[in-house]
Amino acid sequence: MSRKGADIVIETLKEEGVEVIFGLPGGAIMEVYDALYRDGSILHVLARHEQGAGHMAEGYAKVTGKVGVAMTTSGPGATNIVTPIADAYMDSVPLVVITGQVPTHLIGNDAFQEVDIVGITRPVTKHNFLVRAIEELPLLIREAFYIAGTGRPGPVLVDIPKDITQQLSEVGIPSEDKVKAALPGYKPHVEGNIQQIKKAAKLIMEAKKPVLYVGGGAVNSEAQEELIQLAEMMRIPVTTTTQGKGAFPENHPLALRMLGMHGTYYANMAVYNADLLIAVGARFDDRVTGKIEEFAPDAKIIHIDIDPASISKNITVDVPIVGDVKIVLGKLINELKRKGAKILHPEDRQKWIEQIEKWKKMYPLTYKNSKEVIKPQYVIEQIYEATGGDAIITVGVGQHQMWAAMYYKYSFPRQFLNSGGLGTMGFGLPAAIGAKIGRPDKEVFCIDGDGSFIMTMQEIVTAVQYKIPVKVAIVNNAYLGMVRQWQELFYDSRYSEVDLSLQPDFVKLAESMGAVGFRAEKPKEVREILEEAMKIDDKPVIMDFVVDREENVLPMVPAGKSYREMILEDGKKADAETMYLVG
Amino acid sequence: MADTVGTEGIKVIKAPRFRQLKKGETRKHIINVLVRNELGVLARIATLIAGKGYNIEGLSVGETHEKGVSRMTIEVIGDDIVIDQVVKQLRKLIDTLKVRDLTDIPHVERELVLVKVHTPTSRARDEILRIVEIFRGKVVDVSQETYTIEITGDEEKINAFVELLKPFGIKELARTGKIAMRREMFIEENVQE
Repeated sequence: MSRKGADIVIETLKEEGVEVIFGLPGGAIMEVYDALYRDGSILHVLARHEQGAGHMAEGYAKVTGKVGVAMTTSGPGATNIVTPIADAYMDSVPLVVITGQVPTHLIGNDAFQEVDIVGITRPVTKHNFLVRAIEELPLLIREAFYIAGTGRPGPVLVDIPKDITQQLSEVGIPSEDKVKAALPGYKPHVEGNIQQIKKAAKLIMEAKKPVLYVGGGAVNSEAQEELIQLAEMMRIPVTTTTQGKGAFPENHPLALRMLGMHGTYYANMAVYNADLLIAVGARFDDRVTGKIEEFAPDAKIIHIDIDPASISKNITVDVPIVGDVKIVLGKLINELKRKGAKILHPEDRQKWIEQIEKWKKMYPLTYKNSKEVIKPQYVIEQIYEATGGDAIITVGVGQHQMWAAMYYKYSFPRQFLNSGGLGTMGFGLPAAIGAKIGRPDKEVFCIDGDGSFIMTMQEIVTAVQYKIPVKVAIVNNAYLGMVRQWQELFYDSRYSEVDLSLQPDFVKLAESMGAVGFRAEKPKEVREILEEAMKIDDKPVIMDFVVDREENVLPMVPAGKSYREMILEDGKKADAETMYLVG
Repeated sequence: MADTVGTEGIKVIKAPRFRQLKKGETRKHIINVLVRNELGVLARIATLIAGKGYNIEGLSVGETHEKGVSRMTIEVIGDDIVIDQVVKQLRKLIDTLKVRDLTDIPHVERELVLVKVHTPTSRARDEILRIVEIFRGKVVDVSQETYTIEITGDEEKINAFVELLKPFGIKELARTGKIAMRREMFIEENVQE
């Protein structure tokens, strides 16, 4: 049957099982929006800025594991979504972004709203396409979904010139086999080399002081069962990155929680003293390793990752295993079982676990609470208690992001959504909207900073329009808090351009947009407001928590420094006195 | 060593083992890339290499006997570790079919050069012709004051030839960039694709 290119787009999206598109129309993409209207079966969420649409699609993709879809027009519509695309690229989020383009005959003419978005996004997409003929339209869209969702996930952009959406064609929707056949250069390696897996099993059995270091790859491949099994069977403590949170429950006795710059004392000490580090779907980011030469200095390293380019990139590893985390861990567990799953030095292992328990008691995550002013950490703890630890949490970037990572305990995968790689302020609110659409059964909280919130706050209107009851908790210190903290610690408190005390009245702002606004200025009001907010289920709620302005995020390993130079809660340094070292 | 596991209060700081990535010497690498001849594939590869802060020293592209498949030969000066990263990332590109660093693998390489040289005197013309003959080049264009010479060979041969012509005065020079191919071996060595 002959139909317009625009209808082919919608038909292909339906074939891919797309249930929601986040976007904002404009001239070059109008045909597709018309086809969307006529079809009527896909929910479209009208964002108020294309960046919002992109982060919503990310939030949706992160909680569901499905490919998120965003759609914008050409020119500024396309450039506005570059930040979410780069964000998705850094954090391996499966995304298909469809952009309109000026008609084919005008490309390269500096036409109205023309930009070379394929060129602009080349370094920040897993792949991208400019559609050159209507016949290839359905194939390229299907290729985009296949590439985005398999292997190491990532964003794929499809740029469609307007004339192609208007032409007529009888081209059919290609089968999955045809899609694969059209991509001879793309074969993700998922199985894992069995010889390497055997080597890894041997190291794990021999290890005296092993640590599992788990990243977002474990979440993407749904490997939580295997992780728990491996950790419990071989008694290995587990630390997770911000992306890996929830892949291993943080309330588990073997959990070390987060490592790195704002990691726990015990996680960092465990990694520093380990004799075997098993990296699972993690990439040795500089925020994790600190000074690379002193990262796990005595450890042999096993690295399981689906991306061969991640292996031995920042640190040379002893046993690289390229493959899907879930599959490789499954094989590793079988191999260990085949050998009797023996811990060859059980006494040493026992002492190791005991030592970690001592570290946990010596420096737990803690802060000095107050009856007069609200401490930001207290707000997070109260959210944890009010939601029973069961909410999905999204965050912006800065101090609040780290407090949310520290003082909320995550127990299931896809529970904590944050911009870990690119560090995009403004990620939280739109991601929460996407997350709530993907998981309407869960309470979704956006814990935001006042600086981050303002960057994408227009999306409150979107949440009101679609009756999306996300809860936004602004940890309001009227500062660009993380920058201020660095200025305090490393620039002799010269607070250069970080004061945000001229700010909107967030309660009135919420009300003006049709949302509900609350404010808490005293600690005792925090819980009351949270309980009130959670009763509202048909519109978003903005909670303004006016907190202690100059609270710092601690512990902290200064950028590029060793874990040995960790600054602790009381301002002390983790020095030789507190170290546990093996001669 | 094992005996001290679990003992607290050891106040000795052991010097951390230095785990610096061993950086090899910077040298010229020759990388062979088989690609699908798709829109923007050259830009993708160039962007990737430039993104590592490296300059492409030489590049040649041409279709192979298979339709829609091109072979690229890329010369780039860089550190072994970083080049290894570049090769891995080139392999990750959707449009690349095969990527191989030929630098340490036996291979043949050729380059075609056109050079226009001044021929001020008849003695110079004789001299140049002799050199061309020795190097198995070919004069492909003649004017009253110049010869245009075609020569193929590996880098060493071409450099030697150009050096010999320099005293006469080179007016113009164009090089195609290297093309290279792995030597076929009787025993297939274990090369990771």
